Amino acid sequence: MTARTLYDKLWDSHVVDVAPDGTALIYIDRHLVHEVTSPQAFEGLKIAGRKPWRVASVLATPDHNVPTTGRDQGIADPVSRLQVATLDANCREFGLTEFRMDDARQGIVHVIGPEQGFTQPGMTLVCGDSHTSTHGAFAALAFGIGTSEVEHVLATQCLWQKKSRSMLVKVEGELGRGVTAKDIVLALIGRIGTAGGTGYAIEFGGSAIRALSMEGRMTICNMAIEAGARAGMVAVDEHTVDYLHGRPYAPRGALWDQAVAYWRSLRSDEGARFDTVVELPAAGIRPQVTWGTSPEMVVPVDGRVPDPAEAPDAVKRGDWERALQYMGLKPHTPVSEIPVDKVFIGSCTNSRIEDLREAAAVAKGRRVAAGVKLALVVPGSGLVKHQAEAEGLDKIFKEAGFEWREPGCSMCLAMNDDRLEPGERCASTSNRNFEGRQGQGGRTHLVSPAMAAAAAVFGHFVDVRDVQ
Amino acid sequence: MKPFVRHEGLVAPLDRANVDTDAIIPKQFLKSIKRTGFGPNAFDEWRYLDRGEPGQDCSRRPLNPDFVLNQARYRGASILLARENFGCGSSREHAPWALEDYGFRALIAPSYADIFYNNCFKNGILPIVLPAPVVDQLFRETEASPGYALTVDLEAQTVATPNGEAFAFEVDAERRHRLLHGLDDIGITLTHVDKIRAYEARRRQETPWLFL
Repeated sequence: MTARTLYDKLWDSHVVDVAPDGTALIYIDRHLVHEVTSPQAFEGLKIAGRKPWRVASVLATPDHNVPTTGRDQGIADPVSRLQVATLDANCREFGLTEFRMDDARQGIVHVIGPEQGFTQPGMTLVCGDSHTSTHGAFAALAFGIGTSEVEHVLATQCLWQKKSRSMLVKVEGELGRGVTAKDIVLALIGRIGTAGGTGYAIEFGGSAIRALSMEGRMTICNMAIEAGARAGMVAVDEHTVDYLHGRPYAPRGALWDQAVAYWRSLRSDEGARFDTVVELPAAGIRPQVTWGTSPEMVVPVDGRVPDPAEAPDAVKRGDWERALQYMGLKPHTPVSEIPVDKVFIGSCTNSRIEDLREAAAVAKGRRVAAGVKLALVVPGSGLVKHQAEAEGLDKIFKEAGFEWREPGCSMCLAMNDDRLEPGERCASTSNRNFEGRQGQGGRTHLVSPAMAAAAAVFGHFVDVRDVQ
Repeated sequence: MKPFVRHEGLVAPLDRANVDTDAIIPKQFLKSIKRTGFGPNAFDEWRYLDRGEPGQDCSRRPLNPDFVLNQARYRGASILLARENFGCGSSREHAPWALEDYGFRALIAPSYADIFYNNCFKNGILPIVLPAPVVDQLFRETEASPGYALTVDLEAQTVATPNGEAFAFEVDAERRHRLLHGLDDIGITLTHVDKIRAYEARRRQETPWLFL
């Protein structure tokens, strides 16, 4: 039998049917649902008189709109409140499991799926959210879909898909001190561009990836979409199995043993062929900071803001000029001289316990700089928050002058009250530095949790390797 | 879904790469639980000078004169010319909903982000991929001649310029078929119910923990 990639195995095991042009009907094992991209899908179901195909495949939670303070007062914004109430009503009507806003398990969909063991190796998993690629860290085929497809999966448990090409991103060697999973994926996007992975499913491999925790692997797969790839994935190993053991939705007893035996086959075979291979040596990666309005506009923290005159082509030159103007930056400015107004530690990229530990290690015994108006820490879920509090991380943050909030997407996309005002500059552990993403006119610099905490206490970007 | 067979329309050029779905429809408008009405807020932050909020009367808001779609010559455009990686970022289907509601029926770019590309087909919008040099040429011609219109023929898979030059484009046969006839995906899939049930039955045997 020919050697297959992990992606081949996940794909092959889910094909229900194939159309003459190669488009395949793929079975979907798990479906995460949140309030923003689902109301029109439920409405479509109701209009057509359809029901969800398999209710046990769905887990829902409100995350994008939820406030991170004063939850006992409910949601002040009536438009947001209606959207969350609509999710509650739809889940009740169709008998779907939902972790509501007041549930201790509520959180960002991409944090709670793995945390609950709802995400497992060998599955296909979708959500009406581009960062669904996160779940690929568990050797699952996970990708974001639009609302029409949310309705389609609810109604049929399937999706029509064209198989992607395969890319292997190999990160061999050891990461330097202070360099994290976030820096790996930002460096990758800097190298291949935000469209570098378009049309591909990316497998991340190499010794540096194998050395990462599941949290780190989730950070990397999360941002595969920022490289243009719908799906990112990592092979199963002991980290994967250990992480899942005992989680609420993980199999138990004999089924656990059977599942683990199967999971261990979920790796690319020796000699499997990839359409593209990118090698990114771990030793060369430094802490990264984005300077522009696309995640590919990124430099190491000891670098400088680039000069559009040095852009590779005319379209890029125009993009760089517009980005610098929007960001209020001049070419050649050292990154370490860029001051920040706000700091956001959170999002489906970096709000897990390990992220909070890394940030707290930097914040410990220090104070948020006087020039920083707001430094927010938003745990990814109620359970992450609880764990962090059990470890005393909340105290470290609060003593340093950070705000400790309730879980949700928060200032990653500012659908709730957490946002940047026009012109404000933010060190953010989120995934997108697009114009207006964190608030109209807001300026976002993407960094790792440790780098964000360091920016908060120094008031400007600093090389976290000099701080730790 | 509205079928797409052949469309002739005015072209508007949006000359920047990596236009993301946050730019196409900013997040505050995603709070709507409806599928319609997003057109007035398409490209909101570029299009208006004030801060956009849900529920405003957009006809009274100050327009940004520097934004290309606000130029009188592009009013009524139904074909959007764009650069590479158009529609990157969030999976929000509100982006094609906004473009469709604005009046766009076809897009032309050297490349699109995957999820956005897929979402377009679900909403009767045809995202056409043409080689970068051809897109460059169309940008030059559009900007040089007010009233510049293109004819998109999905049946023939061609884009024709006013002087009769035609460019062929590729599109998956299945997507083309569904768009030409305005077919509903769910309806088609439900004709495969037996196959889906058979698949499920087999997987329940092989991997029972998936069905707990």
